[in-house]
Amino acid sequence: MLSIKNLHASIEGTPILRGINLEVKAGEVHAIMGPNGSGKSTLASVLAGREEYEVTEGEVFFKGKDLLELAPEDRAREGVFLAFQYPVEIPGVSSTNFLRTAVNQVREYRGLEALDAVKFLTMMKEKMKLVEIDQKLLSRSLNEGFSGGEKKRNEIFQMAMLEPTLSILDETDSGLDIDALRIVSNGVNQLKSKDNATIVVTHYQRLLDYIVPDFVHVLYKGRIVKSGTKDLALELEEKGYDWIKEAIDSEATV
Amino acid sequence: MSKDNQILEEFTSKEYEHGWSVNYEADEAPIGLNEDIIKWISTKKEEPLWLLEWRLKAFKTWKTMTEPSWANVKYPKVDLQSLRYYSAPKQSNKPKSLDEVDPELLQIYERLGINLNEQKKLQGIAVDAVLDSVSVGTTFKATLSKLGIVFCSFSEAVKEHPDLVKKYLGSVVPMTDNYYAALNSAVFSDGSFCYIPKGVRCPMELSTYFRINAANTGQFERTLIVAEDEAYVSYLEGCTAPQRDENQLHAAVVEIYAAKNAEVKYSTVQNWFPGDKNGKGGIYNFVTKRGICAGDYSKISWTQVETGSAVTWKYPSCILKGDNSIGEFYSVAVTNNYQQADTGTKMIHIGKNTKSRIVSKGISAGKSQNSYRGQVQVMKRADNARNFSQCDSLLMGDRCGAHTFPYIDINNSSAKVEHEATTSKIGEDQLFYCNQRGISTEDAVALIVNGYAKEVLNQLPMEFAVEAQKLLALTLEGSVG
Ligand SMILES: Nc1ncnc2c1ncn2[C@@H]1O[C@H](COP(=O)(O)OP(=O)(O)OP(=O)(O)O)[C@@H](O)[C@H]1O
Ligand SMILES: [Mg+2]
Repeated sequence: MLSIKNLHASIEGTPILRGINLEVKAGEVHAIMGPNGSGKSTLASVLAGREEYEVTEGEVFFKGKDLLELAPEDRAREGVFLAFQYPVEIPGVSSTNFLRTAVNQVREYRGLEALDAVKFLTMMKEKMKLVEIDQKLLSRSLNEGFSGGEKKRNEIFQMAMLEPTLSILDETDSGLDIDALRIVSNGVNQLKSKDNATIVVTHYQRLLDYIVPDFVHVLYKGRIVKSGTKDLALELEEKGYDWIKEAIDSEATV
Repeated sequence: MSKDNQILEEFTSKEYEHGWSVNYEADEAPIGLNEDIIKWISTKKEEPLWLLEWRLKAFKTWKTMTEPSWANVKYPKVDLQSLRYYSAPKQSNKPKSLDEVDPELLQIYERLGINLNEQKKLQGIAVDAVLDSVSVGTTFKATLSKLGIVFCSFSEAVKEHPDLVKKYLGSVVPMTDNYYAALNSAVFSDGSFCYIPKGVRCPMELSTYFRINAANTGQFERTLIVAEDEAYVSYLEGCTAPQRDENQLHAAVVEIYAAKNAEVKYSTVQNWFPGDKNGKGGIYNFVTKRGICAGDYSKISWTQVETGSAVTWKYPSCILKGDNSIGEFYSVAVTNNYQQADTGTKMIHIGKNTKSRIVSKGISAGKSQNSYRGQVQVMKRADNARNFSQCDSLLMGDRCGAHTFPYIDINNSSAKVEHEATTSKIGEDQLFYCNQRGISTEDAVALIVNGYAKEVLNQLPMEFAVEAQKLLALTLEGSVG
């Protein structure tokens, strides 16, 4: 479904991603871990098409299409969803209104007719249950004044509404309380199918108890330096990143 | 909620969509401005002598006045001698009802989406349509007159209700008030008149649609709204003009009188031709709008969505004379390309316990300049006066400007005046967030801007709100990305 080959990207001339290779197949869950500043959010942003980042080398194919050729909105319409590490506030625009616009533009792209108000609200009610989100939150301005946890929950609610094929969750677990973590993870699990895939970026093994990954990758200095199964996450939890950093850094100096 | 999508789907053309003109046979005054022209207009309109004298007096004063230069706008001087002050579509005989109105004129309004045909009942809104200088027709007249409501063209009011006109004309905006108001008083050709008798709530929105059609013609309308004790009316004003290379002058006067417990809501969606991308052409819009809350517990509320005109100079104001009276001003002013707007309000607190509220949302894009100018004045005997002002500016790009000029003048220590101001930019991250959800940049801008202006748009009647949202999006098209 997603094929990343030798991806290099920089921002304002500073290289951040330095040769990422990753294959994600339908039905899989990949976890990406790694120390602060290693480039996890950058990778997510580049995949989503944020313009500030310049791709200097490499290629990305998504469902057979050259992803890097597509405008950000078209990537979204093709089924790429990014749950932001820091969701953005849009004053005066309710979540409901925002999502209605989004859902209908995505549907139009896919040749489906727009949902009328009744159908849209029915769909919303159904998806609200999935992440146990409050109606009141959705009638407020999008993310404005939301608590950290509310913002994250709202991201997953949007994901449920947009039914993406590839979801990238950037530290969705940070800011969620213990109960919310369980609820949101349950929601993500219910949205999983053999036709879609998930990439979860996280610092904590705890999330991976709920959303069990098929593969775990460690990103360091803009490269995937280690890949493994969910046991790798447990090992990292126990030992931290130093042993990996040391191995890589000594390699680089030799 | 469905509003947004409907609107977003509709805006596809980047050009000013009302930029067409129609050739109709016109009845015109000679070009130029002098006493003879004023007499010509007055005779043409078969006006009573008192009105001609009133006009001539205004003209006399106007000649001693100079064009104001304090506004934050720059434009070449208008040569007032090169304009035509009266242009009326030629109608063989004066129409007695809409059925007799020239179908070609009705078609002009059809093209604007305004239906003057009573049978089709424009969403229950009574419309008085003004083309160039003359009222073309008023719908729903019979329905309204049963309630004692007068809603007709200004010329008709002069003939049918001379006492009312004489009593209120110039009572809120004196003929000598300012340069443009004086000019208007001298040469105004038509406009709308509305009178709501005591205790009557007007059951439908009253609406005037102004369109400039003829070239080199100034449009000087005069609107007068009178609400007697306990009366209520909501009044809408819409404006369009054809696209021309030369600038055209528009200098209207609107007066509102609210008696005890009366309430008047006045909403404008102004979409005069703004000039092209290089700043050529466009309407100069120099308007004087003022209301007086003459009676206790009366209320006047101005809502405006200003998207058009090359230069806008406009300050809808409230004189809060009655005790416990309320004045409100809600404004969205958008400027793009080379447009310039200097707009705001004046709230003059004279009575006790008077309240005013100002919400101004400026949006500037391109190389435009957008200024808010507001004055809150609390007079000596205005105990417990309250004002709240909120002035926000939204910038798109870094070649435009937003300016705020609040003036506060307080002469009573019990007054409470609050002023809040913010300036923000449409953020890249907001746009990217929308894009990431599948929303195109253009629609994202529309969404963000409409969200920003929501507090004001919410004040508009439903049908107008839809049009206003659409206009905001259209005006800003292509300004990002
Ligand atoms: N505009 C910029 N100019 C220079 N460096 C930048 C810029 N933006 C981001 N970076 C750097 O890019 C690196 C990667 O950042 P990124 O946000 O991808 O890290 P991350 O792995 O998501 O970290 P975290 O775990 O803290 O979320 C960081 O060192 C960051 O400081
Ligand atoms: Mg990050």
